Amino acid sequence: MSNRVFHAVAGTISVLWLLPIAAVINTAFRSFDDIAANGLGSFPRSFTLAGFADAWTNGGAGAMWNSVLVTVPTVFLSLALSAAAAYALSRFEIPGRRTIVLLMLAGNLLPPQILLVPVSKLTELLGIYDTLIALIVVQVGFGLGFYTFVLQGFMRAMPNEVQEAATIDGAGPVQIFWRIVLPMTRPALAALAALAFTWIFNDLLWAITVLRSSSVMPVTPALLALQGQYVSNWNVIAAGSVIAAIPTVAVFLRFQRHFISGLAVGAVK
Amino acid sequence: MRRVPPILLLFVLIPLLVEGFWVFWPALQGFWLALTNWDGVSAPRFAGAGNFSRMIDDPVFHTAVTNTAIWLVLFGGLSAVGGLGLAVLLQKERRGVGVYRAALFVPVVFSLVATSLIWQMLYQPGGLFDSSPLADPDTALYAVLVPALWRQAGYVMVLYLAGLKGIDPGLYEAATLDGATAWQRFQHVTWPQLRSVNSVVLSVIVIDSLRSFDVVWSMTRGGPYHSSELLSTYMYATAFQSLKLGYASALAVVIFVLAFGVIVTYLVRAFREN
Repeated sequence: MSNRVFHAVAGTISVLWLLPIAAVINTAFRSFDDIAANGLGSFPRSFTLAGFADAWTNGGAGAMWNSVLVTVPTVFLSLALSAAAAYALSRFEIPGRRTIVLLMLAGNLLPPQILLVPVSKLTELLGIYDTLIALIVVQVGFGLGFYTFVLQGFMRAMPNEVQEAATIDGAGPVQIFWRIVLPMTRPALAALAALAFTWIFNDLLWAITVLRSSSVMPVTPALLALQGQYVSNWNVIAAGSVIAAIPTVAVFLRFQRHFISGLAVGAVK
Repeated sequence: MRRVPPILLLFVLIPLLVEGFWVFWPALQGFWLALTNWDGVSAPRFAGAGNFSRMIDDPVFHTAVTNTAIWLVLFGGLSAVGGLGLAVLLQKERRGVGVYRAALFVPVVFSLVATSLIWQMLYQPGGLFDSSPLADPDTALYAVLVPALWRQAGYVMVLYLAGLKGIDPGLYEAATLDGATAWQRFQHVTWPQLRSVNSVVLSVIVIDSLRSFDVVWSMTRGGPYHSSELLSTYMYATAFQSLKLGYASALAVVIFVLAFGVIVTYLVRAFREN
């Protein structure tokens, strides 16, 4: 394909792909009166941050904070637990290790629907229903299998000599994990952290299964509530969508290479 | 590989217990609850296969199954074909290709809720259409499908790009020297080399199709009149709105059965590579 044809085709597709995003950004910065008078589809005849202010003060700020409170510990705990499991399962003769790895992965492949009712009842039973703790532990439990599977594959590929040399120098298994294996696993951890961040931040299903009060809802479910509240104020809804997308877009742009390689390695979700 | 110091057993046991408590134990309960009638308050009453025989006469279940099948074929099929097409188009490293790849990939990082709001805005009367296709039972399912595809195509493209990267460029050079056309190169070089990626993509799209929930729930809640209902949305509404927890669990078991073959295939492949 000649360069000119290639750029014409790829350029057209890319522009079409980005048009919905351009439209939402356009709407987010327009005033309600402008949209009411000229319609959603028209070019902007106003510029205001009022939509953002409304979305942010009507639950947006609280929801963003809830998302931080859920996402950061979930990513950290998931990767810490799965890195530990992956280390033991990949570098030592744990009895039944292959079965354990696959069993853990199988848990992550289950359709979440089979878990929803029992998990919501379990959180009620433990007295953590409608708290962020419930959302954190559920998501850690459900994600572990996948992260462990990817990390143990990565750790198995490490040369044995490093571990042997450290053992001869008198390092114990925990020290080897902490000082040698973990630092060498950094690329895989970074990829999984970027992926896990977006998955958890974007989650809707688990949140609406174990949470009920609007005061504890993270950004994604809160965005749905915002739509219910501002039925036809499209500038506020558009601004809310933009706010909700900023953290994941930022992570993607910052960790683009890790992100893509993580998707390619895992390819489960 | 060496003998196992005791502390490492804890390294495995703790994560395994966490997953066991929040995944395997609830999953077993889910299968059990499918055999009961339960309102969530009084004790579950054993009903045998009653929930499953009820599905036979449940028109909404029929709609949900049909829609899930349509979803599987269209969402899965079109995102696979589209993703492969985009990957082949953007396969060669050249100026500007990174920008195009990024443009197609950006929607993947949006939540499906944000995606659905963006498209609901586009669907507003006076936008792309005179009246919202989400309000019409004949078009609602397809109107939800478009945003889902918009987001999924970029993801499948990335999977295929990774697969295409692994193909030896020498093969293309040899084919070109032999006078192969672009289509012949795709047919005889690219396609055979993509076998393992194809099976990954197949599992991913089947699992993703059966899991699809957010986009439908945000846009239509399965309506109007259940016209865009999928098994996943019907299951959720049955459980948490109608509070028929036994019947909802039975619906979840149906989803599990549909996904089962793909899950096993995926695990077998993972086992072999392990």
